[in-house]
Amino acid sequence: MAALESPLPGTPTAMRNAFGNVLSVLILVLIGVLAFSIRLFSVIKYESVIHEFDPYFNYRVTQFLSKNGIYEFWNWFDDRTWYPLGRVIGGTVYPGLTLTAGTIWWGLNSLNIPLSVETVCVFTAPVFSAFASWATYLLTKEVKGSGAGLAAAALLAMVPSYISRSVAGSYDNEAVAIFALIFTFYLYIKTLNTGSLFYATLNALAYFYMVCSWGGYTFIINLIPMHVLLCIVTGRYSPRLYIAYAPLVVLGTLLAALVPVVGFNAVLTSEHFASFLVFIIIHVVALVYYIKGILSPKMFKVAVTLVVSIGMVVCFIVVAILVALVASSPTGGWSGRSLSLLDPTYASKYIPIIASVSEHQPPTWPSYFMDINVLAFLVPAGIIACFSPLSDASSFVVLYIVMSVYFSGVMVRLMLVLAPAACIMSGIALSQAFDVFTGSIKYQLGASSNSTDDAEDNTSTNNAPKDDVSAGKTDKGEEIVKERSSKKGKKKEREPADKPSVKAKIKKKALVLPLEASIVALLLLIMLGAFYVIHCVWAAAEAYSAPSIVLTSQSRDGLHVFDDFRESYAWLSHNTDVDDKVASWWDYGYQTTAMANRTVIVDNNTWNNTHIATVGTAMSSPEKAAWEIFNSLDVKYVLVVFGGLIGYPSDDINKFLWMVRIGGGVFPHIKEADYLRDGQYRIDSEATPTMLNSLMYKLSYYRFVETDGKGYDRVRRTEIGKKHFKLTHFEEVFTSHHWMVRLYKLKPPRNRIRGKAKKLKSKTSSGLSSKSAKKNPWV
Amino acid sequence: VDNPTDRRVLVLLDDLSLKSSHSIFFNTLKSRGFDLDFKLAEDSKLALQRYGQYLYDGLIIFAPSTERFGGSLDSKSIADFVDSGRDLILSADTAASDLIRGIATECGVDFDEDSSAMVIDHTSFSVSDVDGDHTLIAADDLVKSDVILGKTKIEAPVLFRGVAHSLNPTNNLVLKVLSASPSAYSANPSSKLSSPPQLTGSSISLVSVMQARNNARVVISGSVQLFSDRLIRSGVQKAGSPNQYEKSGNEQFVTELSKWVFHERGHLKAGNLVHHRVGETDEPAIYRIKDDLEFSVEIYEWSGKSWEPYVANDVQVQFYMMSPYVLKTLSTDKKGLFHTSFKVPDVYGVFQFKVEYEKLGYTTLSLSKQIPVRPYRHNEYERFIPTAYPYYGACFTTMAGFFVFSFVYLYHK
Repeated sequence: MAALESPLPGTPTAMRNAFGNVLSVLILVLIGVLAFSIRLFSVIKYESVIHEFDPYFNYRVTQFLSKNGIYEFWNWFDDRTWYPLGRVIGGTVYPGLTLTAGTIWWGLNSLNIPLSVETVCVFTAPVFSAFASWATYLLTKEVKGSGAGLAAAALLAMVPSYISRSVAGSYDNEAVAIFALIFTFYLYIKTLNTGSLFYATLNALAYFYMVCSWGGYTFIINLIPMHVLLCIVTGRYSPRLYIAYAPLVVLGTLLAALVPVVGFNAVLTSEHFASFLVFIIIHVVALVYYIKGILSPKMFKVAVTLVVSIGMVVCFIVVAILVALVASSPTGGWSGRSLSLLDPTYASKYIPIIASVSEHQPPTWPSYFMDINVLAFLVPAGIIACFSPLSDASSFVVLYIVMSVYFSGVMVRLMLVLAPAACIMSGIALSQAFDVFTGSIKYQLGASSNSTDDAEDNTSTNNAPKDDVSAGKTDKGEEIVKERSSKKGKKKEREPADKPSVKAKIKKKALVLPLEASIVALLLLIMLGAFYVIHCVWAAAEAYSAPSIVLTSQSRDGLHVFDDFRESYAWLSHNTDVDDKVASWWDYGYQTTAMANRTVIVDNNTWNNTHIATVGTAMSSPEKAAWEIFNSLDVKYVLVVFGGLIGYPSDDINKFLWMVRIGGGVFPHIKEADYLRDGQYRIDSEATPTMLNSLMYKLSYYRFVETDGKGYDRVRRTEIGKKHFKLTHFEEVFTSHHWMVRLYKLKPPRNRIRGKAKKLKSKTSSGLSSKSAKKNPWV
Repeated sequence: VDNPTDRRVLVLLDDLSLKSSHSIFFNTLKSRGFDLDFKLAEDSKLALQRYGQYLYDGLIIFAPSTERFGGSLDSKSIADFVDSGRDLILSADTAASDLIRGIATECGVDFDEDSSAMVIDHTSFSVSDVDGDHTLIAADDLVKSDVILGKTKIEAPVLFRGVAHSLNPTNNLVLKVLSASPSAYSANPSSKLSSPPQLTGSSISLVSVMQARNNARVVISGSVQLFSDRLIRSGVQKAGSPNQYEKSGNEQFVTELSKWVFHERGHLKAGNLVHHRVGETDEPAIYRIKDDLEFSVEIYEWSGKSWEPYVANDVQVQFYMMSPYVLKTLSTDKKGLFHTSFKVPDVYGVFQFKVEYEKLGYTTLSLSKQIPVRPYRHNEYERFIPTAYPYYGACFTTMAGFFVFSFVYLYHK
């Protein structure tokens, strides 16, 4: 690190650097331990299980990978989901996470450490969050020195937003993707600072890993071009920028195209378009700089006017063609999820299936405080710190935070992308603040101990540029870079050389604060940090550690555990035939295939809207129509999740409107208005007949009145509208302990078809006559 | 079941005299090896089951007037008896009780609601009808099915005196075996018609059969007399017809019908559904798109004594995923094996081989076997496509050019 470059070993500064480096390494190790251990609450409080929905799929895929090897995984055609369409898993999954965990498992096993696949999967996320904090350290160090780096790494290790996606057991793409994201950014900045082709290649590889891991890679491939464009526009073009960017686009795109799920999308979809446009621009700019170097200024002007006028025409034509091409596709070549990022109202207008996912909703203000806590207040200070002075690297993190704030405002899920940026900014802000305060204290103490003015001046001039360039810590690498960069532009050479020294002196004077104020401010900062730690630990322990397949609730008579999901999946796997098909809303698809090992109709990979709409339609239809739809799909069992008895709010009745919307989007005879009474969604006696006769209502509330005699729904806080009814086409086969999961079997078609209309008449008349004859002998 | 034919049959009568008045019918059954157990319908010890096991394979109810069965028997237990795959002959008559009507309704047959109504036909009555109210019908509109009524054509008309019933045309499980002529109607013969009769013409069914989804068979007749010795022995001449027959068609009709209903005929069994790739013998766990495969299934027919190969040219197999992608008629080797071969369509997913065979009179065959079809593996595509050679060329020349350029640029000074 920096210590290796220190010029004179043996001097006190060198000693201090060496000591500082050892300390940094120690701190980083501790940060890693912290990042890992803060995520273990879920294992300690519950057990070592896979959480939620998507992780079960990833777990199942990893099991397949570890059993069958990579080629089988690549070509895996899964016939147990999306019946009867099946799903080509190898070609539709981001394989990064699975391959990572699979490799870890394989490595440990070949070292004779026999861990189960599940254990490896459970602990992948905590391990990678330690990596992510180290990557944050590296990135921030490149931007503002190692002090800021350590602060940022410590903040990231326990930022609640990231914890929410990476607790032990939360085995999801984001677990490794955030590490990949930060590391890619680090390598980009590193390349930008050093101009090394080696780092540029590493950068492309890191980008490849990111593409393998998460669809969020488009964030990288749009953010970096934007930064490049920003640098060009602000006159910061340099060969380092070219080296940082051009290889990334070429190699990165080639590598990205190797991932089956991306494939030709890497060059075809609009998400990648910006990178190619900027790729062209940077080449034009490079050419301009080159020509500028070999021509006299006068000739250059002539050439510019000539080229610009011709270039404008050519560009106009090319852009026109591109626009025409893009406009010819209905979505403009954008995927639905990306479009809803650009236009937040897009999904709710056109794609209910995207809008229906709660993590695709815009976040509320409290969620910012919950997820990034005090960082929200430190970020502005960090941004200001990045502007003094603005380097290529600091402009990148500023751009990063701005973009991620926007995206997090559109989708709550992308809060995860904001978290590292906020940590970096806050780390910079904190470390700058500490620098100023400790610097002032040192200065004041030095002044009080009557040191000479000369010495003071010397230290101040020595410290000043360091303060500016590298956040007060000695970082020769930074300075060298600075110098190198300033050599490139001949005109600009003097400006940066002169200005900082002048500015620094002014600044230095301004930076000296009174001793007492500094100490108080320091204490306040430490308190702020302490509050952050308390909040983070609380969030990790209480808010984000629930595995959501096992629920708990604290009541007066102690802790209640609701293990209904596993109970019912176990029932399914023990009591049904291997090839039976289970229909449920898509949320439970992954769990059913992974835990019950039964074929499902739709699952959380929402690739086929029509198929989901078919299930949605069945759920919103009356019993007979639903039976026909399910029977045509060979469904044997229907699973519904019902929270009315214990007050579990994310049950199927609360999701029901989305089923109606998604179903109605494809099958227009399902109309949302039929399910609403005066625009209100209700299940009490005021509910519409369509609602009360829908399959979902019936399956959820069948026999519900037997529990308390009134049929009081604790989620909707009302008595249900239709209490006593019989099922004609379905029969209840299993209801879990707390009624959270209810399983129904489709009745087989009637063995006989009864006679028509008269059946009722003859029946009732015979029944009535016999009864009345007995009861009323006078008639 | 190795032998689908019924053995033990319970006969419920409302009057034990029926045992002798219908002896010809009962004796043909006995001579074919059936074990008949005659009971009065009101017998208080009536039971179809003991310890959860059915005591009988078939049930004959010749008790049109019974309001209530004795013992544990009721309309529901008879419906359950049918739903368990067992067979039933139900005969009503004029003034049939609600109970009998209820059982018929359960089987999809609706008797005329007017309890005093009979089938009246002023053109195709039997000339031997002495009462002159034209209620003894000489019916000859029989269903054309060798399976139900046997290969020998029933020449003489079938004599019928009884109540009319109708079927729901949308109900594909029931079938008219003996229909009334277009001039027939259902009314009370002893009173004048005050309003148009509800049931008229050939929509009136005299005898119907029902084959349930589980292949249980039911015969429902509007007349108990149809089975009686008197009508079986009686000669017949249809009004306005010169043909005079010494014996009515009743004996042949009821005999053949009883053979069908008790599964002596028209019972198919299928099995051994086998498929494999062309040139292989083992059944694969998964097919690839565009594989060539061979499919075969074995179908046998019960002849009353043994399983004989079934011969037909209309058995089809579907390769089915939400809709049939392939529909092929199977060819038979006349030894019971039906086979075909086809190419898996260029669509992947979870398919089924489906053989659904519904033919008039025969039991329904419905077999399916699930088989997934996968897309090409990554290394099953063509490695080099001829049309892409210019691109390969461009690729390699660029690489070579870049190499030369780098060499020249770096070392040429």
